[in-house]
Amino acid sequence: MEIRTTSRRTFLSLSMGLPLGAALAACGSSGPTRPGTAASSGGGGGGTSATYWYLSTQPQEGVRTRTMERFNKANPNGTIKGTTFQNDAFKTKIKTAIGAGQAPTLIWGWGGGTLRSYVQAGQVDDLTPFFEQNQALKDRLFPSSFGAATIDGKIYAMPCETMQPIVLYYDKRAFEKIGAQPPQTWGDIMDLVPKFNAKGIAPFSLGGQSRWTNMMWLEFLFDRIGGPEVFQAVFDGEKDAWSNPAALDALGKMQELIKAGGFIKGFSSITADSNADQALLYTGKAAMMLHGGWTYGSMKTDGGDFVPGGHLGYMNFPPVDGGKGDPGNTVGNPGQYMSISSKATPEQKEIAKKFFATELMSDASVKEWVGTGAVPIVKGADAAFASSPDRDFLNFVYGIAVNAKTFAQSWDQALSPTAAEVLLDNIAKLFQLSISPQQFVTNMNAVIGK
Amino acid sequence: MSVVPIPARRDTSPAAAQGGRGAGLSWLAVPALVFFVGFGVIPLVGVLLLSFSSWDGLGDINFAGLESWRAVLSDPGLPHALWVTFLVMALSWLVQTPASILIGVFLAGHQRYRAVLAVLYFIPLLLSSAAIAITYKALLDPNFGLGAGLQIPFLVQDWLGEPVLAMGVVIFVVSWQYIPFHSLIYQGGVRQIPRSMYEAAEIDGAGRMRKFFSITLPQLKYTIITSSTLMVVGSLTFFDLIFVLTAGGPGDATRVLALDMYKRGFQANLMGPASAIACILVLVGLLMALLLRRLGGRDASASQMEGA
Repeated sequence: MEIRTTSRRTFLSLSMGLPLGAALAACGSSGPTRPGTAASSGGGGGGTSATYWYLSTQPQEGVRTRTMERFNKANPNGTIKGTTFQNDAFKTKIKTAIGAGQAPTLIWGWGGGTLRSYVQAGQVDDLTPFFEQNQALKDRLFPSSFGAATIDGKIYAMPCETMQPIVLYYDKRAFEKIGAQPPQTWGDIMDLVPKFNAKGIAPFSLGGQSRWTNMMWLEFLFDRIGGPEVFQAVFDGEKDAWSNPAALDALGKMQELIKAGGFIKGFSSITADSNADQALLYTGKAAMMLHGGWTYGSMKTDGGDFVPGGHLGYMNFPPVDGGKGDPGNTVGNPGQYMSISSKATPEQKEIAKKFFATELMSDASVKEWVGTGAVPIVKGADAAFASSPDRDFLNFVYGIAVNAKTFAQSWDQALSPTAAEVLLDNIAKLFQLSISPQQFVTNMNAVIGK
Repeated sequence: MSVVPIPARRDTSPAAAQGGRGAGLSWLAVPALVFFVGFGVIPLVGVLLLSFSSWDGLGDINFAGLESWRAVLSDPGLPHALWVTFLVMALSWLVQTPASILIGVFLAGHQRYRAVLAVLYFIPLLLSSAAIAITYKALLDPNFGLGAGLQIPFLVQDWLGEPVLAMGVVIFVVSWQYIPFHSLIYQGGVRQIPRSMYEAAEIDGAGRMRKFFSITLPQLKYTIITSSTLMVVGSLTFFDLIFVLTAGGPGDATRVLALDMYKRGFQANLMGPASAIACILVLVGLLMALLLRRLGGRDASASQMEGA
């Protein structure tokens, strides 16, 4: 989800409006995947190369590119050829390419429901034997990151890059203005709403048009009220799992907050792509914002004095009075994931595995990820934080990830694309107050297990 | 896949007409026919076949009978999407047609400044829909947009967050983009009207208004039908603009059929139901095009020069 931070250049995804034929042709021409030709031309000393598509968001793109370049330098006979894409363009293109049997060797993604659909179509290799042979590599990564890579007990992707829990950010200046403390409970949140509104500051910023932004609120409310079991039941496809009283309670509380004016006026026309929601926080128009760990970096870049001046506060989502969930739990991205295409040649697969084992999460890469203000999913990564100007935030995120009993994956990533789309639609309507919690539950029960 | 309805437009293509005129000329239609079959008929048949299958875009395509059709036709979202589609169609026609006719008539004059104006008017058409949508979205942002920047309270509205306002914005932006094109068509149409008709009318003492309503407008009948057909069938494919501007929101207030198709197919991985919707789109497009042809009347092939 980290890539969502930057402008999702949605217009690039319009290429999807092209006829299927043209789309496939495009994949063929730009797709580096011509395993046959690549392998046969390899005799000249260039060697075979594996292919890798990744996202062009900075600063992440730079880290990915340099990681690949280090690998290529060390392995001149089996290199990786990279191609970059914008977020939405990537999502559709990779799906089309996989469906057409033209996937790159390395399939980058977010794990969860999408990975499951690849597995069901027989498009990605089982990496369980690879991790058995490379136990040291497996032990180096956070165990919680393997959940979204595991389908039916088998590991189909290597967790990599960074962990990104959702964090409650706040503007310390806004709290000084109303003379209050950051909320310790859900009750505090409800009490703060009228106080901020009276001062002309919106209590919460929200980029509601993006839909998944609203979802983060429900993820936490469900967890704090009913514990991780509530959504787990949905994930496991249990019948009528959304009818759980904790779910209804959470949905009702959500609408109470919206009706009380908890969010900035016009939130449903604000998108997270343009980072307008973050701008509302650092320009002082809103006091708080629930958002991913990835926004820290962009607020630091775009927000002027806001982050360096120490005005940004952050905390884990507070407990709900009487709730069953552990307030230490978190949700978000437990990592990013890289799979190996089943359609790749044996040579390409070897290169990919070597990349996984030696360079993908090497010390050099870890250091670079820390440099971007993110926490790599490597145990003991906190040792590299000391010299970073962002060490407080990095330690905070690392602490959340280490101490969380449950690090749940974002719902839209965990569910199948089919169910996720219905979910996002219904969440948008719930936040519009155009459906009641009960209708939400009914609509969602209808797509359980799909 | 949004291109699918285009064959509906080609329904009236010259290839068909030439085939009927004489066998001697029919070979001229071969290239057009090849393209039509390759890019129109074959994908269309493919989509029709897909609508009877279940496919998530990744694995095998399995025959699923009428399952997708049943799912789509029983979905309460379909009547809503149809309604929104027709609403967009009707409203954009109502806004664009009078404006285009007036601008077209105005631009049909021969003074030099009008040529300059015509070029200026044409600019919106040269921009891509996505770029237009992104620009308007930024301008209409309630917190950082034009209204907030210039401190004009009226402009500070939740433009894309209220169902009625969002629909209004969509119609406005669509019109802003396409009025230039239709003005151009009308400009051409007006210039085709023989000057002698106006001269005769002037001798009879007709004023400006009288000339407009008694000569210009009736003479533009077929231009109006052509332009309306393009507008109506084209409105079925409004996808990019709405996708970027509102993403179908708020809720599903601006979720037109084409967007519904895209969301089902490419976001929810339901290629079967998405193909069924594509077929419905083709049908609607065909029907609308035929209907407008009918409206043209039986004398559609009669000479417009008769009055001369």
